[in-house]
Amino acid sequence: MLHRFANPNRFSRLAAAVLPWVTGATIILFVVGIYFALFASPADYQQGETVRIMYVHVPAAWVAMACYTFIAVMSAVSLIWKHPLADIAARSAAPLGAGFTIIVLATGSLWGRPTWGTWWEWGDARLTSVLVLLFLYLGHIALTHAFDNPARGAKAAAVLALVGFVNIPIIKFSVEWWATLHQPASVIRLDGPTIHSSILIPLLIMGLAFTFYFVTMLLVRMRAELAARKARALRLNAAE
Amino acid sequence: MIGLLLLIRRDLKLAFRGGTDAAMAVVFFILAATLFPFGVGPDPEILPRIGGGVIWVVALLAAMLSLERMFSADYEDGSLEQFVLSPLPMVMVALAKIIAHWLTTGVLLLVAAPVLAVFYNLPAAAFVPLIVSMLLGTPTLSLIGAIGAALTLGARRSGVLISLLVLPLYIPVLIFGALVVDSALAGREYGALLMVLGGFLLLALAAAPWATAAALRQAIE
Amino acid sequence: MQGLTVKELDCVRGDRLVFAGVALAVNPGRALLLSGANGSGKSSLLRILAGLLPQAAGTLTWEGEDIADDAEAHRRRIAYIGHADPVKPGLTVCENLEFWARLYGLEPEIEPALYQFGIEALADLPARYLSAGQRRRLTLARLAVGQNSPYGPPLWLLDEPATGLDPSAVAMLANSILAHLANEGVAIIASHGGLLDEALGGHADRLDLQDAAP
Repeated sequence: MLHRFANPNRFSRLAAAVLPWVTGATIILFVVGIYFALFASPADYQQGETVRIMYVHVPAAWVAMACYTFIAVMSAVSLIWKHPLADIAARSAAPLGAGFTIIVLATGSLWGRPTWGTWWEWGDARLTSVLVLLFLYLGHIALTHAFDNPARGAKAAAVLALVGFVNIPIIKFSVEWWATLHQPASVIRLDGPTIHSSILIPLLIMGLAFTFYFVTMLLVRMRAELAARKARALRLNAAE
Repeated sequence: MIGLLLLIRRDLKLAFRGGTDAAMAVVFFILAATLFPFGVGPDPEILPRIGGGVIWVVALLAAMLSLERMFSADYEDGSLEQFVLSPLPMVMVALAKIIAHWLTTGVLLLVAAPVLAVFYNLPAAAFVPLIVSMLLGTPTLSLIGAIGAALTLGARRSGVLISLLVLPLYIPVLIFGALVVDSALAGREYGALLMVLGGFLLLALAAAPWATAAALRQAIE
Repeated sequence: MQGLTVKELDCVRGDRLVFAGVALAVNPGRALLLSGANGSGKSSLLRILAGLLPQAAGTLTWEGEDIADDAEAHRRRIAYIGHADPVKPGLTVCENLEFWARLYGLEPEIEPALYQFGIEALADLPARYLSAGQRRRLTLARLAVGQNSPYGPPLWLLDEPATGLDPSAVAMLANSILAHLANEGVAIIASHGGLLDEALGGHADRLDLQDAAP
């Protein structure tokens, strides 16, 4: 199964065929999701209209975390099976993940201002963990581009991604322990099935919209990366 | 096993004869910690309260500073290639370098920490927890740091890059290291926190040498 | 099949195909001199043979057995000398050599090895005082340690070993290599011609990597 997509050319053709569909799905999901989020869902009785930030904040957090998992899986595939596309996938996904992480932090901060009265609340273990996640992303991106030989950058970044992935639960556990000890967190909670469906449905639609947006951008970036790589190889071999 | 000891002994010999390199980390440790009172004021109420945290943060930075030199000399003069070709497995090479790094920085930080504790007017009750927490925490710093040092071999601006890779991974050690001192100051039980630090050490010991060895093998390709 | 055999070897560095379809066979007691312009892949070929670099395609066999089957056994039969001198300035000449000898599990017979490369008088000098040529001699002395050990490595991979050596040191190196060949050893040497090539004369075959350029 995996090796059917191993050939970069086959992947490029496949991506070209899929791309219009995922792009369309992204647009439709965003239109529907934003309509629900802004108009068709109720304001919170305590937080008022600011609760609508959640429809960006929470899906972005899902995708930011899922993206790191994706990079870790691709890194494992790259290190174990030396699959060339896995490197490109990880390399293309990292800046997207960092972008989503920044969205989480920015919206969290905007949300925090009316809720806690501060732009940044260290006592919120979730937001603080996401900040550390951003650093992990930045380290990954920097390491990918730190070498003259791109293959070396890809391999080093793959090891780093796996090390980071193992560390995420440890960091999360530590930050949570630290936060609860220093200040009982007044976190925005979205735990379990207690959320009302009028909130949950738009949230899920926005989650899907973000996911499809991620897939679209990933395919675009991977195709661009493959094209750039081809151009580089042609230039090098022409120079012989 | 003989190869492991051989490599540790060589690195220690080089560190003692090189002299200044190893001492630098400790000088930085003390110097950076003395900056804080200038920044926050000499209030005898505040200093003991932040002392544990400051000592831990500065220890982290000092350990990190010395990481860049961990493999770079062996990488540049071709020793690393010879290690790969030697009968000693790369995991053991990594472990030997990590142990040597800890002996030449972590141990020195441990020795210097009480001096800083005095500077910060830490009560006597905090000394033992500070030392024990550093005894359990600093080897973890060397272990995690080795991964970063190995990954950045041959990179541009590797010094800054190491800090970007390693500091986020140091956060758990910092949190629990500083908590141990804080808890001791507040008269709370800190045995469980030391256990957590010990747990981190075991985890890092189980994983870091392998990750480092993988990174070193890539570096010489 | 005796000695080292290589078939259909391709090497890729980054996105660049360095060489393709390299084939060679070196029998015990023979040397192979690699030539070719800078960038033709002499160092890469040696590093592939040493197992430091994975090949893009092709097989390597030693006495009929695929090297990939037992990488550890292959490591034990190699003495590899790269471009750099793995010499620590903080250790004495003697300590430097002894470290490598012990790490490789060889008899640490240091004196004769130093003598073989004419640096016995420097034995207790810290290596930071050595000239570039003296450091090179110290690096090469490791070959002599292996030579004098009962289980010394039979396959020598030397990457421009004569760089920075004066003529008398080149002669010492040539003598070491000839003694190694006489002892049924194999040597593969990257070189740009010169004294060493002449000294090895009829004991060596030649391979021009320029012919394998893509």
